[in-house]
Amino acid sequence: MEYVMLIYETPLDFEARTSAAGEAFRGAWRAYHKALVDSGVYVGGNPLRAAESGTTIRLKNGKRHVQDGPYAHTKEQLAGFILMELPSLDAALDWAARCPSAATGAVEVRPVAVEVRESMVT
Amino acid sequence: MEDVHRTIEAVARESYGRLVAYLSARTRDLAGAEDALGEALLAALTAWQRDGVPQKPQAWLLKTARHRLIDRIRHEQVRAASAFTLELIADEADEATSAEQFPDERLKLLFVCAHPAIDPDVHTPLMLQTVLGLDAAAIARAFLVSPAAMGQRLVRAKAKIRDAGIAFEVPEDRELPQRLDAVLEAIYAAYGSGWEGAAGADPRGRGLADEAIWLARVLAQRLPAEPEVRGLLALMLHCEARRPARRSPEGRYIPLSEQDTRQWSAPMIAEAERALAAAATHARPGRFQLEAAIQSVHAERAHGARTDWRAIALFYDRLVDLAPTLGARIGRAAAIAEVDGPDAGLALLNEIELAAVSAYQPYWAARAHLLQRLGRKPEAVDAFDRAIGLAEDEAVRRFLLERRG
Repeated sequence: MEYVMLIYETPLDFEARTSAAGEAFRGAWRAYHKALVDSGVYVGGNPLRAAESGTTIRLKNGKRHVQDGPYAHTKEQLAGFILMELPSLDAALDWAARCPSAATGAVEVRPVAVEVRESMVT
Repeated sequence: MEDVHRTIEAVARESYGRLVAYLSARTRDLAGAEDALGEALLAALTAWQRDGVPQKPQAWLLKTARHRLIDRIRHEQVRAASAFTLELIADEADEATSAEQFPDERLKLLFVCAHPAIDPDVHTPLMLQTVLGLDAAAIARAFLVSPAAMGQRLVRAKAKIRDAGIAFEVPEDRELPQRLDAVLEAIYAAYGSGWEGAAGADPRGRGLADEAIWLARVLAQRLPAEPEVRGLLALMLHCEARRPARRSPEGRYIPLSEQDTRQWSAPMIAEAERALAAAATHARPGRFQLEAAIQSVHAERAHGARTDWRAIALFYDRLVDLAPTLGARIGRAAAIAEVDGPDAGLALLNEIELAAVSAYQPYWAARAHLLQRLGRKPEAVDAFDRAIGLAEDEAVRRFLLERRG
Protein backbone atom coordinates (compact mmCIF):
# COMPACT_ATOMS: atom_id res chain seq x y z
CA MET A 1 0.00 0.00 0.00
CA GLU A 2 1.07 3.57 -0.57
CA TYR A 3 1.34 5.93 2.37
CA VAL A 4 2.37 9.55 2.59
CA MET A 5 4.13 11.07 5.56
CA LEU A 6 3.22 14.72 5.97
CA ILE A 7 5.99 16.23 8.03
CA TYR A 8 5.23 19.21 10.23
CA GLU A 9 8.07 21.16 11.77
CA THR A 10 8.60 23.93 14.29
CA PRO A 11 10.33 27.21 13.33
CA LEU A 12 13.41 25.87 15.11
CA ASP A 13 13.48 22.79 12.85
CA PHE A 14 13.24 25.02 9.79
CA GLU A 15 16.21 26.98 11.11
CA ALA A 16 18.14 23.79 11.74
CA ARG A 17 18.30 23.21 7.99
CA THR A 18 21.04 25.81 7.71
CA SER A 19 22.21 26.83 11.21
CA ALA A 20 25.45 25.57 12.72
CA ALA A 21 23.50 24.12 15.66
CA GLY A 22 21.45 22.06 13.22
CA GLU A 23 24.25 19.74 12.15
CA ALA A 24 22.97 16.84 14.27
CA PHE A 25 19.45 17.33 12.91
CA ARG A 26 20.71 17.35 9.33
CA GLY A 27 22.85 14.29 9.99
CA ALA A 28 19.85 12.47 11.40
CA TRP A 29 17.78 13.41 8.35
CA ARG A 30 20.46 12.26 5.90
CA ALA A 31 20.67 8.93 7.70
CA TYR A 32 16.89 8.61 7.84
CA HIS A 33 16.55 9.27 4.13
CA LYS A 34 19.24 6.72 3.39
CA ALA A 35 17.54 4.12 5.58
CA LEU A 36 14.22 4.72 3.78
CA VAL A 37 15.86 4.30 0.38
CA ASP A 38 18.03 1.31 1.33
CA SER A 39 15.09 -0.49 2.93
CA GLY A 40 13.18 -0.19 -0.33
CA VAL A 41 10.17 1.67 1.06
CA TYR A 42 10.95 5.12 -0.38
CA VAL A 43 8.95 6.07 -3.46
CA GLY A 44 9.42 9.82 -3.57
CA GLY A 45 9.11 13.06 -1.68
CA ASN A 46 10.53 16.51 -1.16
CA PRO A 47 11.24 19.07 1.50
CA LEU A 48 9.35 22.36 1.21
CA ARG A 49 10.62 25.88 1.85
CA ALA A 50 9.36 27.74 4.91
CA ALA A 51 5.65 28.43 5.24
CA GLU A 52 6.10 32.17 4.70
CA SER A 53 7.16 31.42 1.14
CA GLY A 54 3.75 29.89 0.47
CA THR A 55 0.96 31.68 -1.38
CA THR A 56 -2.63 30.52 -1.02
CA ILE A 57 -5.26 31.19 -3.65
CA ARG A 58 -9.04 30.97 -3.55
CA LEU A 59 -11.48 31.78 -6.32
CA LYS A 60 -14.62 33.50 -4.99
CA ASN A 61 -17.30 34.46 -7.52
CA GLY A 62 -14.70 34.24 -10.22
CA LYS A 63 -12.40 36.63 -8.39
CA ARG A 64 -8.97 35.62 -7.27
CA HIS A 65 -8.27 35.99 -3.59
CA VAL A 66 -4.58 35.71 -3.02
CA GLN A 67 -3.24 35.26 0.48
CA ASP A 68 0.40 35.75 1.24
CA GLY A 69 1.43 32.80 3.39
CA PRO A 70 0.35 29.24 4.13
CA TYR A 71 -3.18 27.85 4.06
CA ALA A 72 -3.31 27.77 7.86
CA HIS A 73 -1.23 29.65 10.41
CA THR A 74 -0.25 27.05 12.96
CA LYS A 75 2.77 26.71 15.22
CA GLU A 76 4.02 23.73 13.25
CA GLN A 77 4.03 23.99 9.49
CA LEU A 78 4.13 21.52 6.64
CA ALA A 79 7.82 21.05 5.91
CA GLY A 80 7.84 18.20 3.46
CA PHE A 81 6.29 14.94 2.36
CA ILE A 82 7.51 11.43 1.71
CA LEU A 83 5.70 8.81 -0.31
CA MET A 84 6.28 5.20 0.78
CA GLU A 85 5.27 1.74 -0.42
CA LEU A 86 4.62 -0.53 2.57
CA PRO A 87 2.56 -3.58 3.49
CA SER A 88 0.61 -2.01 6.36
CA LEU A 89 -0.23 1.07 8.38
CA ASP A 90 1.74 -0.36 11.29
CA ALA A 91 4.89 -0.44 9.17
CA ALA A 92 4.22 3.13 8.02
CA LEU A 93 3.81 4.28 11.62
CA ASP A 94 7.12 2.62 12.52
CA TRP A 95 8.82 4.70 9.85
CA ALA A 96 7.03 7.85 10.98
CA ALA A 97 8.28 7.30 14.53
CA ARG A 98 11.86 7.14 13.25
CA CYS A 99 11.53 10.46 11.43
CA PRO A 100 13.83 13.01 13.12
CA SER A 101 11.07 15.63 12.91
CA ALA A 102 8.67 13.42 14.87
CA ALA A 103 10.67 14.17 18.03
CA THR A 104 10.21 17.93 17.72
CA GLY A 105 7.23 18.45 15.41
CA ALA A 106 4.71 15.94 14.11
CA VAL A 107 4.36 13.42 11.32
CA GLU A 108 0.96 12.59 9.88
CA VAL A 109 0.59 9.29 8.04
CA ARG A 110 -2.10 9.07 5.35
CA PRO A 111 -2.91 6.25 2.96
CA VAL A 112 -2.87 7.30 -0.66
CA ALA A 113 -6.38 7.18 -2.15
CA VAL A 114 -5.34 4.81 -4.94
CA GLU A 115 -8.97 4.11 -5.87
CA VAL A 116 -9.63 7.82 -6.47
CA ARG A 117 -6.46 8.18 -8.50
CA GLU A 118 -7.39 5.21 -10.65
CA SER A 119 -10.91 6.53 -11.25
CA MET A 120 -9.39 9.70 -12.69
CA VAL A 121 -7.17 8.03 -15.22
CA THR A 122 -9.10 7.93 -18.46
CA MET B 1 -12.99 14.43 46.51
CA GLU B 2 -9.34 14.07 45.57
CA ASP B 3 -8.88 11.44 48.26
CA VAL B 4 -11.78 9.34 47.05
CA HIS B 5 -10.41 9.61 43.51
CA ARG B 6 -7.04 8.42 44.66
CA THR B 7 -8.48 5.58 46.70
CA ILE B 8 -10.55 4.38 43.75
CA GLU B 9 -7.52 4.59 41.49
CA ALA B 10 -5.45 2.59 43.96
CA VAL B 11 -8.16 -0.04 44.46
CA ALA B 12 -8.75 -0.27 40.71
CA ARG B 13 -5.07 -0.70 40.00
CA GLU B 14 -4.69 -3.30 42.73
CA SER B 15 -7.84 -5.32 42.05
CA TYR B 16 -8.98 -4.60 38.50
CA GLY B 17 -7.53 -7.77 37.04
CA ARG B 18 -8.69 -9.95 39.90
CA LEU B 19 -12.22 -8.59 39.62
CA VAL B 20 -12.41 -8.85 35.83
CA ALA B 21 -10.96 -12.34 35.94
CA TYR B 22 -13.41 -13.44 38.57
CA LEU B 23 -16.44 -11.83 36.94
CA SER B 24 -15.66 -13.16 33.47
CA ALA B 25 -14.45 -16.64 34.39
CA ARG B 26 -17.98 -18.02 34.25
CA THR B 27 -19.57 -15.88 31.59
CA ARG B 28 -16.48 -15.86 29.35
CA ASP B 29 -17.62 -12.36 28.51
CA LEU B 30 -14.64 -10.10 29.11
CA ALA B 31 -16.24 -7.00 27.64
CA GLY B 32 -19.33 -7.51 29.80
CA ALA B 33 -17.24 -7.96 32.93
CA GLU B 34 -15.19 -4.87 32.16
CA ASP B 35 -18.29 -2.78 31.50
CA ALA B 36 -19.84 -3.94 34.77
CA LEU B 37 -16.67 -3.15 36.69
CA GLY B 38 -16.40 0.22 34.97
CA GLU B 39 -19.93 1.03 36.08
CA ALA B 40 -19.14 -0.13 39.60
CA LEU B 41 -16.09 2.15 39.70
CA LEU B 42 -18.26 5.07 38.56
CA ALA B 43 -20.86 4.22 41.20
CA ALA B 44 -18.08 4.10 43.79
CA LEU B 45 -17.18 7.66 42.96
CA THR B 46 -20.52 8.98 44.23
CA ALA B 47 -21.21 6.38 46.90
CA TRP B 48 -17.82 6.54 48.57
CA GLN B 49 -17.86 10.31 48.42
CA ARG B 50 -21.19 10.31 50.21
CA ASP B 51 -20.77 7.45 52.68
CA GLY B 52 -17.01 7.20 52.96
CA VAL B 53 -14.77 4.48 51.62
CA PRO B 54 -16.11 1.06 52.65
CA GLN B 55 -14.06 -1.23 54.86
CA LYS B 56 -13.62 -3.76 52.08
CA PRO B 57 -13.53 -1.70 48.90
CA GLN B 58 -12.78 -4.74 46.77
CA ALA B 59 -15.80 -6.63 48.05
CA TRP B 60 -17.97 -3.54 47.52
CA LEU B 61 -16.84 -3.29 43.91
CA LEU B 62 -17.36 -6.99 43.30
CA LYS B 63 -20.86 -6.88 44.71
CA THR B 64 -21.83 -3.81 42.70
CA ALA B 65 -20.27 -5.08 39.48
CA ARG B 66 -21.95 -8.46 39.94
CA HIS B 67 -25.34 -6.77 40.28
CA ARG B 68 -24.73 -4.81 37.10
CA LEU B 69 -23.70 -7.98 35.32
CA ILE B 70 -26.79 -9.85 36.47
CA ASP B 71 -29.03 -6.91 35.51
CA ARG B 72 -27.53 -6.89 32.09
CA ILE B 73 -27.90 -10.61 31.56
CA ARG B 74 -31.54 -10.44 32.68
CA HIS B 75 -32.16 -7.46 30.48
CA GLU B 76 -30.70 -9.09 27.43
CA GLN B 77 -32.82 -12.22 27.93
CA VAL B 78 -29.86 -13.93 26.49
CA ARG B 79 -28.55 -17.11 25.12
CA ALA B 80 -29.42 -20.59 26.26
CA ALA B 81 -26.76 -20.80 28.91
CA SER B 82 -27.68 -17.57 30.63
CA ALA B 83 -29.83 -18.98 33.41
CA PHE B 84 -27.04 -21.32 34.30
CA THR B 85 -24.55 -18.47 34.13
CA LEU B 86 -26.70 -16.27 36.29
CA GLU B 87 -27.04 -18.87 38.96
CA LEU B 88 -23.34 -19.53 39.03
CA ILE B 89 -22.46 -15.92 39.36
CA ALA B 90 -24.96 -15.30 42.10
CA ASP B 91 -24.00 -18.39 44.12
CA GLU B 92 -20.30 -18.13 43.89
CA ALA B 93 -20.12 -14.42 44.38
CA ASP B 94 -22.32 -14.63 47.47
CA GLU B 95 -20.09 -17.23 48.90
CA ALA B 96 -17.01 -15.29 47.97
CA THR B 97 -18.07 -11.94 49.36
CA SER B 98 -19.33 -13.42 52.58
CA ALA B 99 -15.95 -15.01 53.04
CA GLU B 100 -14.41 -11.59 52.29
CA GLN B 101 -12.24 -13.47 49.89
CA PHE B 102 -12.66 -14.49 46.32
CA PRO B 103 -10.47 -16.76 44.26
CA ASP B 104 -7.73 -15.19 42.21
CA GLU B 105 -8.53 -16.10 38.62
CA ARG B 106 -5.97 -13.82 37.04
CA LEU B 107 -3.82 -16.75 35.99
CA LYS B 108 -6.67 -18.15 33.90
CA LEU B 109 -7.25 -14.73 32.45
CA LEU B 110 -3.61 -14.50 31.33
CA PHE B 111 -3.95 -17.80 29.52
CA VAL B 112 -7.18 -16.68 27.87
CA CYS B 113 -5.52 -13.46 26.64
CA ALA B 114 -2.65 -15.43 25.07
CA HIS B 115 -4.83 -18.21 23.66
CA PRO B 116 -3.68 -19.59 20.28
CA ALA B 117 -7.09 -18.75 18.81
CA ILE B 118 -6.43 -15.05 19.45
CA ASP B 119 -4.24 -13.03 17.07
CA PRO B 120 -0.77 -12.93 18.71
CA ASP B 121 -0.55 -9.18 18.13
CA VAL B 122 -3.46 -8.67 20.52
CA HIS B 123 -2.17 -10.90 23.32
CA THR B 124 -0.27 -8.15 25.09
CA PRO B 125 -2.86 -5.39 24.63
CA LEU B 126 -5.57 -7.73 25.95
CA MET B 127 -3.53 -8.52 29.05
CA LEU B 128 -2.78 -4.89 29.70
CA GLN B 129 -6.42 -3.97 29.43
CA THR B 130 -8.13 -6.84 31.21
CA VAL B 131 -5.59 -7.63 33.90
CA LEU B 132 -4.26 -4.14 34.56
CA GLY B 133 -7.14 -1.96 33.47
CA LEU B 134 -5.10 0.21 31.09
CA ASP B 135 -7.29 2.09 28.64
CA ALA B 136 -7.08 1.50 24.91
CA ALA B 137 -5.53 4.93 24.27
CA ALA B 138 -2.61 4.29 26.61
CA ILE B 139 -2.06 0.84 25.10
CA ALA B 140 -2.23 2.28 21.59
CA ARG B 141 0.45 4.83 22.50
CA ALA B 142 2.75 2.11 23.74
CA PHE B 143 2.27 0.03 20.61
CA LEU B 144 2.31 2.91 18.17
CA VAL B 145 -1.11 2.36 16.65
CA SER B 146 -4.09 4.67 16.59
CA PRO B 147 -6.42 4.49 19.61
CA ALA B 148 -9.38 3.68 17.35
CA ALA B 149 -7.54 0.79 15.71
CA MET B 150 -6.41 -0.56 19.09
CA GLY B 151 -9.94 -0.25 20.46
CA GLN B 152 -11.29 -2.23 17.51
CA ARG B 153 -8.70 -4.98 17.85
CA LEU B 154 -9.52 -5.37 21.53
CA VAL B 155 -13.26 -5.45 20.92
CA ARG B 156 -12.81 -8.06 18.18
CA ALA B 157 -10.61 -10.23 20.39
CA LYS B 158 -13.09 -10.11 23.27
CA ALA B 159 -15.97 -11.02 20.95
CA LYS B 160 -13.91 -13.97 19.74
CA ILE B 161 -13.25 -15.15 23.30
CA ARG B 162 -16.96 -15.01 24.09
CA ASP B 163 -18.29 -16.41 20.82
CA ALA B 164 -15.71 -19.15 20.43
CA GLY B 165 -16.23 -20.19 24.04
CA ILE B 166 -12.57 -20.10 24.96
CA ALA B 167 -12.29 -21.77 28.32
CA PHE B 168 -11.13 -19.89 31.39
CA GLU B 169 -8.74 -22.48 32.69
CA VAL B 170 -5.09 -23.14 33.26
CA PRO B 171 -3.96 -25.56 30.51
CA GLU B 172 -3.18 -29.14 31.39
CA ASP B 173 0.41 -30.19 31.99
CA ARG B 174 1.01 -31.52 28.51
CA GLU B 175 -0.23 -28.30 26.95
CA LEU B 176 1.22 -25.96 29.52
CA PRO B 177 4.74 -25.32 28.15
CA GLN B 178 3.53 -24.14 24.76
CA ARG B 179 0.68 -22.10 26.14
CA LEU B 180 2.93 -20.60 28.78
CA ASP B 181 5.37 -19.47 26.08
CA ALA B 182 2.69 -17.28 24.55
CA VAL B 183 1.91 -15.73 27.94
CA LEU B 184 5.59 -15.00 28.60
CA GLU B 185 6.08 -13.57 25.12
CA ALA B 186 3.15 -11.24 25.64
CA ILE B 187 4.48 -10.03 28.98
CA TYR B 188 7.92 -9.48 27.50
CA ALA B 189 6.40 -7.54 24.62
CA ALA B 190 4.82 -5.24 27.20
CA TYR B 191 8.25 -4.68 28.68
CA GLY B 192 9.33 -3.82 25.18
CA SER B 193 12.94 -2.95 25.75
CA GLY B 194 14.11 -5.76 23.53
CA TRP B 195 17.72 -6.35 22.86
CA GLU B 196 20.26 -4.28 24.68
CA GLY B 197 23.78 -5.20 23.68
CA ALA B 198 27.23 -3.77 23.96
CA ALA B 199 27.21 -2.42 20.43
CA GLY B 200 24.04 -0.40 20.48
CA ALA B 201 20.56 -0.44 21.76
CA ASP B 202 17.00 -0.40 20.69
CA PRO B 203 15.26 1.31 23.57
CA ARG B 204 12.19 2.16 21.61
CA GLY B 205 10.56 3.65 24.65
CA ARG B 206 7.41 1.72 24.03
CA GLY B 207 7.74 -0.18 27.21
CA LEU B 208 5.25 -0.53 29.96
CA ALA B 209 8.02 -1.78 32.18
CA ASP B 210 6.33 -1.58 35.57
CA GLU B 211 3.23 -3.27 34.25
CA ALA B 212 5.20 -6.09 32.66
CA ILE B 213 7.21 -6.75 35.82
CA TRP B 214 4.03 -6.72 37.84
CA LEU B 215 2.43 -9.31 35.53
CA ALA B 216 5.52 -11.51 35.75
CA ARG B 217 5.42 -11.33 39.56
CA VAL B 218 1.76 -12.38 39.57
CA LEU B 219 2.59 -15.25 37.24
CA ALA B 220 5.61 -16.34 39.28
CA GLN B 221 3.48 -16.40 42.42
CA ARG B 222 0.86 -18.59 40.79
CA LEU B 223 3.22 -20.91 38.86
CA PRO B 224 6.23 -21.33 41.19
CA ALA B 225 7.31 -24.57 39.48
CA GLU B 226 7.81 -23.00 36.04
CA PRO B 227 11.43 -21.81 35.80
CA GLU B 228 10.92 -19.74 32.63
CA VAL B 229 8.52 -17.45 34.49
CA ARG B 230 11.25 -16.59 36.98
CA GLY B 231 13.73 -16.35 34.11
CA LEU B 232 11.58 -13.71 32.47
CA LEU B 233 11.17 -11.85 35.75
CA ALA B 234 14.95 -11.93 36.32
CA LEU B 235 15.60 -10.68 32.77
CA MET B 236 13.26 -7.73 33.08
CA LEU B 237 14.55 -6.82 36.54
CA HIS B 238 18.16 -6.81 35.31
CA CYS B 239 17.25 -4.51 32.42
CA GLU B 240 15.14 -2.33 34.65
CA ALA B 241 17.92 -2.05 37.25
CA ARG B 242 20.05 -0.21 34.69
CA ARG B 243 17.44 2.28 33.61
CA PRO B 244 18.85 5.22 35.66
CA ALA B 245 22.34 4.62 34.22
CA ARG B 246 21.21 4.56 30.60
CA ARG B 247 20.97 8.34 30.29
CA SER B 248 23.27 11.09 31.54
CA PRO B 249 21.67 13.98 33.48
CA GLU B 250 21.69 15.89 30.16
CA GLY B 251 19.77 13.07 28.51
CA ARG B 252 22.67 11.59 26.57
CA TYR B 253 22.53 7.88 25.78
CA ILE B 254 25.11 5.79 27.62
CA PRO B 255 25.85 2.28 26.31
CA LEU B 256 26.00 -0.63 28.74
CA SER B 257 29.80 -0.86 28.64
CA GLU B 258 30.16 2.76 29.78
CA GLN B 259 27.43 2.89 32.40
CA ASP B 260 28.24 3.95 35.94
CA THR B 261 27.42 0.77 37.84
CA ARG B 262 26.78 2.75 41.04
CA GLN B 263 23.61 3.95 39.39
CA TRP B 264 22.29 0.43 38.89
CA SER B 265 19.57 -0.56 41.33
CA ALA B 266 21.14 -3.02 43.76
CA PRO B 267 17.80 -4.26 45.19
CA MET B 268 16.48 -5.04 41.69
CA ILE B 269 19.64 -6.88 40.75
CA ALA B 270 19.43 -8.85 44.00
CA GLU B 271 15.80 -9.78 43.28
CA ALA B 272 16.76 -10.77 39.74
CA GLU B 273 19.55 -13.00 41.05
CA ARG B 274 17.23 -14.66 43.54
CA ALA B 275 14.65 -15.33 40.83
CA LEU B 276 17.29 -16.76 38.50
CA ALA B 277 18.77 -18.96 41.23
CA ALA B 278 15.30 -20.28 42.09
CA ALA B 279 14.70 -21.02 38.40
CA ALA B 280 18.02 -22.84 38.08
CA THR B 281 17.07 -25.37 40.78
CA HIS B 282 14.61 -26.90 38.30
CA ALA B 283 17.44 -27.66 35.86
CA ARG B 284 15.18 -26.85 32.90
CA PRO B 285 16.91 -24.02 31.06
CA GLY B 286 15.00 -21.97 28.55
CA ARG B 287 15.16 -18.85 26.47
CA PHE B 288 14.35 -16.37 29.21
CA GLN B 289 16.65 -17.99 31.78
CA LEU B 290 19.51 -17.84 29.29
CA GLU B 291 18.83 -14.20 28.48
CA ALA B 292 18.67 -13.43 32.19
CA ALA B 293 21.94 -15.31 32.72
CA ILE B 294 23.60 -13.10 30.09
CA GLN B 295 22.37 -9.99 31.89
CA SER B 296 23.52 -11.51 35.17
CA VAL B 297 27.08 -11.76 33.80
CA HIS B 298 26.91 -8.09 32.77
CA ALA B 299 25.69 -7.26 36.29
CA GLU B 300 28.92 -8.69 37.74
CA ARG B 301 30.55 -5.43 36.76
CA ALA B 302 28.78 -3.83 39.71
CA HIS B 303 31.24 -5.78 41.91
CA GLY B 304 34.21 -4.47 39.98
CA ALA B 305 34.67 -7.62 37.91
CA ARG B 306 35.59 -7.39 34.22
CA THR B 307 32.87 -8.58 31.90
CA ASP B 308 33.31 -12.29 31.22
CA TRP B 309 32.60 -12.24 27.47
CA ARG B 310 33.49 -15.91 27.11
CA ALA B 311 30.64 -16.82 29.46
CA ILE B 312 28.30 -14.47 27.62
CA ALA B 313 29.26 -16.00 24.26
CA LEU B 314 28.54 -19.47 25.63
CA PHE B 315 25.10 -18.45 26.85
CA TYR B 316 24.39 -16.88 23.45
CA ASP B 317 25.44 -20.10 21.69
CA ARG B 318 22.85 -22.01 23.68
CA LEU B 319 20.29 -19.28 23.18
CA VAL B 320 20.76 -19.32 19.39
CA ASP B 321 20.40 -23.12 19.43
CA LEU B 322 17.16 -22.78 21.35
CA ALA B 323 15.65 -19.68 19.78
CA PRO B 324 17.56 -18.23 16.81
CA THR B 325 15.93 -14.81 16.92
CA LEU B 326 17.59 -11.85 15.23
CA GLY B 327 18.34 -10.30 18.62
CA ALA B 328 20.06 -13.46 19.87
CA ARG B 329 22.13 -13.86 16.70
CA ILE B 330 23.29 -10.25 16.81
CA GLY B 331 24.03 -10.52 20.53
CA ARG B 332 26.13 -13.60 19.88
CA ALA B 333 28.06 -11.83 17.12
CA ALA B 334 28.81 -8.93 19.46
CA ALA B 335 29.97 -11.31 22.22
CA ILE B 336 32.13 -13.36 19.84
CA ALA B 337 33.70 -10.11 18.64
CA GLU B 338 34.81 -9.45 22.21
CA VAL B 339 36.26 -12.95 22.60
CA ASP B 340 37.74 -13.73 19.15
CA GLY B 341 38.00 -10.26 17.61
CA PRO B 342 35.77 -8.08 15.41
CA ASP B 343 36.46 -10.22 12.31
CA ALA B 344 34.83 -13.25 13.90
CA GLY B 345 31.86 -11.17 15.00
CA LEU B 346 31.41 -9.68 11.56
CA ALA B 347 31.51 -13.12 9.97
CA LEU B 348 28.52 -14.10 12.15
CA LEU B 349 26.64 -10.94 11.16
CA ASN B 350 27.32 -11.72 7.50
CA GLU B 351 25.50 -15.03 7.92
CA ILE B 352 22.24 -13.20 8.59
CA GLU B 353 20.19 -12.76 5.44
CA LEU B 354 19.91 -9.08 4.55
CA ALA B 355 16.19 -9.08 3.88
CA ALA B 356 15.54 -9.94 7.53
CA VAL B 357 17.45 -6.94 8.84
CA SER B 358 16.69 -4.21 6.31
CA ALA B 359 14.77 -2.27 8.99
CA TYR B 360 16.30 -3.82 12.14
CA GLN B 361 18.28 -1.12 13.90
CA PRO B 362 20.41 -3.24 16.30
CA TYR B 363 21.92 -5.14 13.36
CA TRP B 364 23.20 -1.96 11.72
CA ALA B 365 24.48 -0.55 15.01
CA ALA B 366 26.43 -3.75 15.76
CA ARG B 367 27.74 -3.91 12.21
CA ALA B 368 28.85 -0.27 12.30
CA HIS B 369 30.81 -0.75 15.52
CA LEU B 370 32.58 -3.86 14.27
CA LEU B 371 33.49 -2.29 10.90
CA GLN B 372 34.81 0.75 12.72
CA ARG B 373 36.99 -1.40 14.96
CA LEU B 374 38.34 -3.09 11.84
CA GLY B 375 39.23 0.31 10.38
CA ARG B 376 36.92 -0.20 7.39
CA LYS B 377 35.81 3.40 7.50
CA PRO B 378 33.57 3.94 4.45
CA GLU B 379 31.61 0.75 5.18
CA ALA B 380 31.35 1.70 8.84
CA VAL B 381 29.96 5.14 7.98
CA ASP B 382 27.43 3.46 5.71
CA ALA B 383 26.28 1.12 8.46
CA PHE B 384 26.18 3.94 11.02
CA ASP B 385 23.93 5.90 8.67
CA ARG B 386 21.55 2.97 8.44
CA ALA B 387 21.54 2.58 12.23
CA ILE B 388 20.95 6.30 12.75
CA GLY B 389 18.19 6.39 10.17
CA LEU B 390 16.42 3.45 11.79
CA ALA B 391 16.76 4.73 15.36
CA GLU B 392 13.63 6.01 17.00
CA ASP B 393 15.28 7.52 20.03
CA GLU B 394 16.72 11.00 19.75
CA ALA B 395 19.51 10.27 22.28
CA VAL B 396 20.54 7.07 20.48
CA ARG B 397 20.62 8.96 17.19
CA ARG B 398 22.91 11.57 18.66
CA PHE B 399 25.17 8.94 20.24
CA LEU B 400 25.57 7.12 16.92
CA LEU B 401 26.16 10.34 15.02
CA GLU B 402 29.04 11.13 17.38
CA ARG B 403 30.47 7.63 17.09
CA ARG B 404 30.27 7.75 13.33
CA GLY B 405 32.45 10.85 13.32
